[in-house]
Amino acid sequence: MSLPLTDRPASGVRPSRRLLRGLVLPVLLLAAWELSSHLRLVDPRFLPPLEAIARTAWHEVWTGDLFLHLGASLARNLTGFAIGSVIGVAFGLLLGLSPVANRIAGPSFHAAKQIAVLAWIPIISVWFGFAETAKVVFVAVAAFVPVALNTMEGVSSAPAQLVEVAHLLRFSRWQQVRRIYLPAALPSILTGIHLGLIYAWLATVAAEYFMTVGPGIGGLIIAGRERFQMDLVMLGVVILGGVGFLLNHIATLIETRLLRWRA
Amino acid sequence: MTAIDLPRPAPARALPFRLLAPAAAGLRDFAIALALPALILLLWSLGSAYQMVPQQILPPPAYVFENFRDMLASGELLQHAGISAVRVAGGFALGASLGLLLGIAMGLSEAIDDYVRPLFTAIAQVPTLGWIPLLMLFLGIGEALKIVIIAKAALVPMVLNTSAGIRGVPASYMEVAEVFGFSRWQKLRRLILPAAVPPIFTGIRYSLTKAWTALVAVELLASAEGLGYLLVWGRQMFWLDTMIVAMVIIGVVGFAMDKILALGEARLQSWRIDA
Repeated sequence: MSLPLTDRPASGVRPSRRLLRGLVLPVLLLAAWELSSHLRLVDPRFLPPLEAIARTAWHEVWTGDLFLHLGASLARNLTGFAIGSVIGVAFGLLLGLSPVANRIAGPSFHAAKQIAVLAWIPIISVWFGFAETAKVVFVAVAAFVPVALNTMEGVSSAPAQLVEVAHLLRFSRWQQVRRIYLPAALPSILTGIHLGLIYAWLATVAAEYFMTVGPGIGGLIIAGRERFQMDLVMLGVVILGGVGFLLNHIATLIETRLLRWRA
Repeated sequence: MTAIDLPRPAPARALPFRLLAPAAAGLRDFAIALALPALILLLWSLGSAYQMVPQQILPPPAYVFENFRDMLASGELLQHAGISAVRVAGGFALGASLGLLLGIAMGLSEAIDDYVRPLFTAIAQVPTLGWIPLLMLFLGIGEALKIVIIAKAALVPMVLNTSAGIRGVPASYMEVAEVFGFSRWQKLRRLILPAAVPPIFTGIRYSLTKAWTALVAVELLASAEGLGYLLVWGRQMFWLDTMIVAMVIIGVVGFAMDKILALGEARLQSWRIDA
């Protein structure tokens, strides 16, 4: 895009040097942490030494508790995500393809999506209880919104020339969808699914915070907070971030793989 | 957009109709848009009138509306909304201004970017929802927690958009500035900052949205006042009318803030500089 001329002097700094620079702050921070908890500058209940966290992690892994929680979270995450994104794609296609459906349901959808998704948790818990169903429903709602939105946008961004050509060639409605709209919308649908996957993970944790019945990473964090076990909370938070990172990474890989044909 | 717009054969219509058509179409679209909510409202009233759903699960619409009026009249609603607004304003102001400064520094200096970005990414990677329970242990559940959480949520998009905006200043413009012998300050003042305004504004918009979502999250989990708390309270008391009112207000405020900023953004785009 832009000319690689002056601005960013394409780094006279070697990449290894840049990596080192990036490590400076985190290492300093961790060292300060370790020191202050060993020298009792900070109450170790607030800032447990790193090895205590590692020990907790090891303990949780060894007893299998961690996998139990993680498995439960991932299972409801993926179930809700699958339900939400299938409905989202269907809904998005319907609204994208049918102007009538779009005029009827579009405004209501756009209005409803303004409600911060977390605000649905209390009411969903009234309607579906505190158990598994409510959590999966909430995760599905969270995944639904970005998937539906991006599918709609993708369908309506189908190049007008191609649509004209399809008209000229007298494509049937199904052929138009199959050959023009779906391929044109695919990148956007994948973006929606990618976002949906991340939203679903956050929603899983949020649902587990609020509806603390049953195992789950969110429940683990809340339990740690209630028992004032900082190490457990930190472990949970690291896993929460790590799983999010991995899901994002996997989604990116799949996305680029599936969109290779665009080149 | 760039299609060879084949003129679509429009049905011939009488002139007065053609003149009125856009207004009529707008009105028609509006009516159609209201049809679905009206239908839902109708089914909802019928359902509760015939007691098909228990009132605790879904109170009749009239009930919700009455409750809304009562809460408005007693000032209760405004009080909670006001508390939420103050929190968002404080957290957003703190987070967005820190984010702006950090973003400018990271955008201008490669070295600062190298030093700060990995740590920043790690912090940003842990979602707001992860920070809430952690910071609850450090900060308690007072105002400080809310401000810090909202500020963090607002900071991240601000830093990303600001630094990308500054990095995105077209290289050719920088060359012109070099040729004119602009001083560093002149470059910043005359070129980089103006060129970065549109992306920075986009950052402001995202950060306000994030701040609002973070507010709902933190009030749901740790608060005794505010709109999010109304939801939790309604949940505990099984007052669905209160919950529905709070949800609608959360939606309306979020929508209004985003709409206003979107308008501002659209205006700024009109003088956007492109390479």
